[in-house]
Amino acid sequence: MLYTSKAYRTFTWFNYLFLLLLSVLCLLPLVHIFAVSLSSNAAASANLVTFWPVGFTFDAYVETMSNPSFFNSIFVSIQRTAFGTAISMFLTVMSAYALSKEEVKFKGRTLYAWFFVFTILFNGGLIPTFLVVQKAGLVDTLWALMLPHAVNVWNMILMLNFFRSLPKELEESAFIDGANHFVTLFRIYLPISMPSIATLSLFAMVFHWNSWLDGLIYLNKASDYPLATFLQSIVVQENFAETGLDQDDVANISERTIKSAQIFIGALPILMVYPFLQKYFVKGIVLGSVKE
Amino acid sequence: MKKYWKRTWPLHMLLLPSVILLIIFQYIPILGIVIAFQNYKPWLGILNSPWAGWEHFNYLFTYPASLQVITNTLIIAFFKMITNLIVPFVFALLLNEVRRMSFKRLVQTMVYLPHFMSWVILGGILIDILSVNGGLVNQFLSLFGVNPIFFLGSPDWFRPTVIVTDVWKEFGFQAIIFLAALSGINPSLYEAAEIDGANRWKQTLHITVPSITPIFIVVATLSLGQIMNAGFDQIFNLYNPLVYSVGDIIDTFVYRVGLVGGSFSFGTAVGLFKSMIGFIFIVVAYRAAYKFANYRIF
Repeated sequence: MLYTSKAYRTFTWFNYLFLLLLSVLCLLPLVHIFAVSLSSNAAASANLVTFWPVGFTFDAYVETMSNPSFFNSIFVSIQRTAFGTAISMFLTVMSAYALSKEEVKFKGRTLYAWFFVFTILFNGGLIPTFLVVQKAGLVDTLWALMLPHAVNVWNMILMLNFFRSLPKELEESAFIDGANHFVTLFRIYLPISMPSIATLSLFAMVFHWNSWLDGLIYLNKASDYPLATFLQSIVVQENFAETGLDQDDVANISERTIKSAQIFIGALPILMVYPFLQKYFVKGIVLGSVKE
Repeated sequence: MKKYWKRTWPLHMLLLPSVILLIIFQYIPILGIVIAFQNYKPWLGILNSPWAGWEHFNYLFTYPASLQVITNTLIIAFFKMITNLIVPFVFALLLNEVRRMSFKRLVQTMVYLPHFMSWVILGGILIDILSVNGGLVNQFLSLFGVNPIFFLGSPDWFRPTVIVTDVWKEFGFQAIIFLAALSGINPSLYEAAEIDGANRWKQTLHITVPSITPIFIVVATLSLGQIMNAGFDQIFNLYNPLVYSVGDIIDTFVYRVGLVGGSFSFGTAVGLFKSMIGFIFIVVAYRAAYKFANYRIF
């Protein structure tokens, strides 16, 4: 009955209104960019576009898609995302399985765990890491984008906590049937861990799709850039110097509608997986924070 | 013994690939930090470059530009820390008052989205809408007679803009942990309070807030570990030479002067200074969180 007091009803009203406004504020910038990308050049450069296209046209997208270097960068991004995620998930699952065992059953487990966790706490920093990647001969290869961050210790901890939540009898009965750890992991643990693996893969995919700095540091040729680096360097910061693009291409890229179209295409994959992300990540966080 | 080894060797094998990658890409770079005490020349390598002692660190603490960079880092990181605690906390409390589940879900769906966008995308969007020449935000402000503001190009406006846009990106996501704690409060507490005649405000003050204070303290303590991280991705995608005086942070400085400028040793020294302070803060923060709230990562 106290819920229906007049003061609380007034508060509820304002609360709903405020929260709605706040939520809309999170979307409007993206809506604006989308509207600009679908507007005519003239309307966009005269600042006439707010949240609805003015002089509706697909020109910016046609133009963007006919730019071979943009197209190529999408292909690079897809490659690094697919292979990078696969490598990363293999490593995550294998090391999480081993580290989920108790010290009593697996001597050295605590030492290994610290070996992994220490890398979260302290690292060599940008320049020594760059020098190592360079000395390893990975510069200008796709490996430079996939190997240095292949072991994601945070994801591994989430996976480890999941493995620990599984009943111990699974492993025991498998061993009684003569299985070893490889068989137990790949034939018994993996199939029942698919939801968790899917969640973490989604995280890894978003990480790879969004990564841009490594491309900027480790790749010398703009033609090798993944999409995120291409957008960062060429679309947003407008560094045309080393790209080998001709005047027409440059004029095209810096057009506001085309810029917006490219940014929107960069955001599109994230928007597409977002419903799945949202469904799983809350679980992921709770999975990571609640321990018995 | 033989039986034990036979049983556990696959576990070592499963860890081997990860261990090798961590040695190459994490531990060897840590050894590479020695170049902070050298005058590293790429053609001489680590083994033959001349030693420089503490020279680069002396330089770091006497050169006004690098002192400014440290100040900028601390100021931006500190204000981000505070706002990224308070805004999500208040937001979670307000969202908790919403009874209509569909509305709650709608709000959550919308506010979590920016978290998953990279700063490259958001930087591109923000540069467009914050533009001084008829950007969306300035168009809106002009309705109230405000003169165009150069958000990303004026030293007065750059830091507030960085802090506000960071909160805009992250507040929803940061609120998740508080929302989880709120949903865990025992409903019988509220029922009892209601019987005692406490109104909703009193309930919030005496039940809700105390119930989630422990998790708030954990989050606040852990955020201390971020004191040296002012947000490289964000700053790098938003700043420009006009605002280096207020917006250049340690990470962007290391990238520009150390990596692009080729001052490998000096850049490494600056980076080492940052990681050392960061390391101390993280360790202290985790120990404190463990001691006061029994928090541990695994």
